Amino acid sequence: MLRACLRGANATARNHCRRSPGTSLQHCRHYTAGESSSGASKVIATGLLTVSGGVGGTILYAKWDHKFRAAVEKNVPYSDRLLGLALGPAPQDVGLPVKNQVELAQPPSMMEKQVKAPKAKSEKKVKDSAGSPAKEPSPVVTQPAQSIEEMSQEASAEATHIISAISEVPSVPAPCDTEAAAVKEECKECHDHKDTPAAVHPNAESPSAAEPLKERPVEEVAARLAQQDQEEQDILASVSASLEESLASSAKATLQAIGAQEAALQAITQHTHKLKEAMEAEEKSAQWKDLEAALADRTCSVNDAGTALLKANEALGALRSVIDDSKGLKIAAVHPLVLAAEENLHNMIVDLDKVVTKVQSAESEAKIVSQYSELVNEAKQQFQREVSSLTPEIQANWKGLTGKLSADDLNALIAHAHRRIDQLNRELAEQRVREQIHIDAALEQQKLEDQKALEKAVNTSLQHVKEDARLEQERKLAELREVMEAEMRTQLRRQAAAHTDHVQDVLKVQEQELRAEADQVLSSKMLEQETRYRQLNQEQLDNFTLDMNTAYARLKGMEEAIDSHVVAEEEARRAHQLWLSVEALNYTLKTADADVPTVPLKSAAEAVRDSCHDNDFAMALASALPEESLHRGVYSEASLRARFNSLRSLARRVALIDESHNSLYQYFLSYLQAALLFEDKQEAPPTQLSREDLDPFKLLSYASYCLEHGDLELAAKLVNQLRGEARRVVEDWLTEARLTLETRQVVSLLSAYANAVGLGTTQAP
Amino acid sequence: MTAGNMAEEHGRKWDRCLADTVLKTATGLGVGIVFSVLLFKRRTWPLAFGSGLGVGMGYTNCQHDFRSPYLIHGRVVKDQ
Repeated sequence: MLRACLRGANATARNHCRRSPGTSLQHCRHYTAGESSSGASKVIATGLLTVSGGVGGTILYAKWDHKFRAAVEKNVPYSDRLLGLALGPAPQDVGLPVKNQVELAQPPSMMEKQVKAPKAKSEKKVKDSAGSPAKEPSPVVTQPAQSIEEMSQEASAEATHIISAISEVPSVPAPCDTEAAAVKEECKECHDHKDTPAAVHPNAESPSAAEPLKERPVEEVAARLAQQDQEEQDILASVSASLEESLASSAKATLQAIGAQEAALQAITQHTHKLKEAMEAEEKSAQWKDLEAALADRTCSVNDAGTALLKANEALGALRSVIDDSKGLKIAAVHPLVLAAEENLHNMIVDLDKVVTKVQSAESEAKIVSQYSELVNEAKQQFQREVSSLTPEIQANWKGLTGKLSADDLNALIAHAHRRIDQLNRELAEQRVREQIHIDAALEQQKLEDQKALEKAVNTSLQHVKEDARLEQERKLAELREVMEAEMRTQLRRQAAAHTDHVQDVLKVQEQELRAEADQVLSSKMLEQETRYRQLNQEQLDNFTLDMNTAYARLKGMEEAIDSHVVAEEEARRAHQLWLSVEALNYTLKTADADVPTVPLKSAAEAVRDSCHDNDFAMALASALPEESLHRGVYSEASLRARFNSLRSLARRVALIDESHNSLYQYFLSYLQAALLFEDKQEAPPTQLSREDLDPFKLLSYASYCLEHGDLELAAKLVNQLRGEARRVVEDWLTEARLTLETRQVVSLLSAYANAVGLGTTQAP
Repeated sequence: MTAGNMAEEHGRKWDRCLADTVLKTATGLGVGIVFSVLLFKRRTWPLAFGSGLGVGMGYTNCQHDFRSPYLIHGRVVKDQ
């Protein structure tokens, strides 16, 4: 009918064409004329235009829509190159932002801490070292406090020096380095300290200061001190002995000298006196003899005095040298002795000088008197001569000659006397005139002499005063030294007291510590013993309990064995029943025919459930049978196999159809594929499915193979891999297959279980 | 689902489909003829148009029928 219609339509079309040939012919001619010349070119042009329009449109749309571009690139080969040329490379996905790695550099606080730590450490160490040298000298008793102060000052100076040096370090120094440096500096500082006290300390009393400061044991110190004292004592003794000796000798000499001088003085005075007397008296030869004797005495005594003085001076010189030597020894205890000796020396010298001056004054006096006596003698002799010249017969002793003289002699004598008197008067007048001059001259002379004597006296007194002053100074010095010594002794005593206090404290602390330690040890030992005792107790108890338990357990075991026997028999009976019911169930499975399901398994399942009331496992299994199988029964494997074969062709035909490809065109293609594609009827499935094996055709061939070889499970698994329409088509076959498999599994499990239980309960013969 | 329902369903769908298409085409053709005779001075194009219309409708129906298991019906949920 359609063809007829079509024919009719064609005819009418042709009629229409024929009806108007003229116009159409012209048109046709026009067309044909046009066509013959530009038909091909037109076609080509339009074709090109269309193609280019299509391509351009595709490119433009690809530029706008990236998904379209991706789809085009995927489906059309070499389009990606074209699109890349036209539009540039496809925009990539912006990947995950690159994580910036935060470098955990050492925070500056750490660096500061490290720098501060060695600083603090070195400060502490410096302080300790400053403290320790200050502490160390305290056991050494003989060091004065001054040196300690000086050392602490030096230590602080050193500390500031070290700290300033450390702060100059820029980077983080290794702690060990700074420590080493600090230690080195400390060592240097220590050495400095050790050197300075030796330099500072002037006293030779403590020769130990020259060595490096370290605490010597007390005995050594005491021994040293004793030795020093002993030495001092010896020296002192020797010095004092020598001093005393020299003092004694000099004193003796001086006394002797003084005595001699005094004797001389006495002799001189006596002589002077005698001379005076002799002068005054007229003629006493005894007196003259006495005078001579006195003179002789005087000269002798003067000589003695001179020699004694020399000796005394020698002795004093020796004493002075001894004093100087002992001064050179520089021992404090010697000083007072030295001082006393010096004072004695001075006194002796002073006395000697005094006596010497006395003697000298006496001598001068004597000289004057002797001069006077000489003058008188001279005058007397002159007179005698004159008298004798006048009156030669008159003898010297004219006083007794009163009766013997004549008047002439008397007149001559009187005239002589008168003449003499005149002469004397004249001389007297002359003398009076010359008196002044003489007196002046004498005064001058006296002045000179006085001056000399004064100078000498001044010198001697100056010397004495100087000596006195020096001695005073020395005395004062000695006093001061004593005072200082006393003070120092008190300070040292104080330090010693402090030291003893400290030692006491330390001892107390140590005692406490030791006590605590001892207590701890005691308690630990006690604890040990207790634990051991308890352990032994426990062991005994445990052993006993163990024995009891074993006995009890054995009893229990025996009871249980008996019970279990009873139970086992019961079990065996029940197992037999279960086995029987399961066998019945198994048999029902075999009642399936081709295309007809089995008998509903309900009754058999009921029987099984009855026979295993108390067995949870069997109950679970029995109730795990699917409902369908209970009510309707299951298909046999053979029927499923048959069905599969018919299903296979259908599945092949709809292989290309799925959720996205399901238009009729796709159906046509799918049919075409099924018609053209040939695969094995049956192919052994590999152990592991790869992506190529998920092709429906392959899967179907694998499934067929499995079914032929009776492996329904694997076949079902393979069929399960189908997707899309093919899967929908085989869905109910799959469900049936599952059902069958399930039921068979449950039944096989039950039978296995029943067998196992049966075997288990079977008693070995 | 009863046994063999799915496999048979495919065949049944095809039957429906073809029958429906044929019917539609014929109907279209008939209507085309009527229109051609009555309105368009016995031109052939209404016939072609009508049959084409019929075929198209049948094709679409068939396709929809085959697609029906895969169609997802969504609903727009407006925020109230």
